[in-house]
Amino acid sequence: MYSEKVMDHFSNPRNVGEIENADGVGTVGNAKCGDIMRMFLKVENGIITDVKFKTFGCGAAIATSSMATEMVKGKTLKEALQLTNAAVAEALDGLPPVKMHCSLLAEEAVKAAVEDYMKKHPDAVI
Amino acid sequence: MNRIYMDNAATTAVSPAVVEKMLPYFTECYGNASSIHSTGRDARKALEEARRRVAAVLNCSPNEIYFTSGGSESDNWALKGAAFANRKKGKHIITSAVEHHAILHTCEYLEKQGCEITYIPVDADGLVNPADVEAAIRPDTILISIMAANNEIGTIEPIEEIAAIAHAHGVLFHTDAVQAIGAIPVDVQKIGCDMLSLSAHKFHGPKGVGVLYIRKGVRLENFMHGGAQERGRRAATENVPGIVGLAEAITLATENLEEKNARIAALRDQLIDGLTALPYVRLNGHRTKRLPGNCNISVQFIEGEALLLRLDLAGIAASSGSACTSGSLDPSHVLLAIGLPHAIAHGSLRLSLSDTNTQEDVDYVLNTLPGIIETLRSMSPLYQDFMEEQK
Ligand code: FES
Repeated sequence: MYSEKVMDHFSNPRNVGEIENADGVGTVGNAKCGDIMRMFLKVENGIITDVKFKTFGCGAAIATSSMATEMVKGKTLKEALQLTNAAVAEALDGLPPVKMHCSLLAEEAVKAAVEDYMKKHPDAVI
Repeated sequence: MNRIYMDNAATTAVSPAVVEKMLPYFTECYGNASSIHSTGRDARKALEEARRRVAAVLNCSPNEIYFTSGGSESDNWALKGAAFANRKKGKHIITSAVEHHAILHTCEYLEKQGCEITYIPVDADGLVNPADVEAAIRPDTILISIMAANNEIGTIEPIEEIAAIAHAHGVLFHTDAVQAIGAIPVDVQKIGCDMLSLSAHKFHGPKGVGVLYIRKGVRLENFMHGGAQERGRRAATENVPGIVGLAEAITLATENLEEKNARIAALRDQLIDGLTALPYVRLNGHRTKRLPGNCNISVQFIEGEALLLRLDLAGIAASSGSACTSGSLDPSHVLLAIGLPHAIAHGSLRLSLSDTNTQEDVDYVLNTLPGIIETLRSMSPLYQDFMEEQK
């Protein structure tokens, strides 16, 4: 039921783990199924230089976390905020309809981590 | 890669002996059992012989065996048939919170038709308390339906006691024995049930064929309307190859039951002991009143679908009651009914054995699963939080 890309990111997730003293951390829960995703960011001059994640969730949740980290790494905070769940799902060659809500988690986790960074660095401009 | 099948509660492989028995009924003895000519009569003979064999196993008369398309149809027929036939007597049905969806969703349908249903809760092991059933009986109760054994957590219910209570109050008793055949002795006289459902593919028979046992004298509205098959009670041309396969499979499955199950239960116990020895892993279901092939655990801090996918990549087929695998986004109603919080129900894993499993299978699972659990936990924010709290 999952695409090859989803299975690839699920079995070899990229950027899994945590960042000590991260500049921004966001944790979000999925209201629908109770799954949880946490994103860690390292930011330099408005650019995401490193990103890591931890996820408690299904195969789609893990694969979208992994893909989302790849998509925001090296990007500006502004670009990261523009990441949509549809873009993450598309980059994975699609998700089964019942699993689309899992990709929302990835979008929201990135946003939450950026917001956390903004809170800690009120002077930062994006 | 080695492929290990530990999802026998979902379905089983058809045994070669069963296939062999079935084959002639596709191409040689393919007649319609209702036809008058000899091709039809040969099919009829096979059908009635199969009926006798099933009756011998269940300890009833062949006239009390009705072939259906499987467990779900049998459950639907038993409940709807009893509800519609007893409209004048009452509209109240008692069942349990842990029944298969074929029972629970049929009950929901009957509620819409004006029936009232009491869902008896279970204890932490998944057991129904017969006293709760008795207390729920009302003057307008027409039927009690409690499963013989639970498909998810393997708990064996005290159906003999419940059947006796039902009869003491003049109420019909049905049991869904789909998981029980070939796992525990199933004798309809000993149980004292009025109706019993079973399905061939759970005991190495073919899919799409089952039985509803209906005790002589029990009135049921027909479920399938059409021709006069099954003595006018269940229309549709009989699935002769399937029925022949079912009869062979049930005979084989119930031979040497004790000996066979002692071996399976020993393998199951190795799984249970080995896996529950891992940190933050618990057993679901009763430890001893349990199907010989069922091991159901909850692995804390990880999610069941991710676990299943990893196991599948390692060549192991299993199942889970996690929300993410159910399509409904709620964890299994059985795991919630035994009181598990959502997060723990989420990390459930069912390994179900049959006599096709070997010691090597069990060793492989016990060697493979801990590493998978560790990997997934290392990725889990819940585990991270828990470990930080522990410090
Ligand atoms: S995140 Fe829960 S179903 Fe995918």
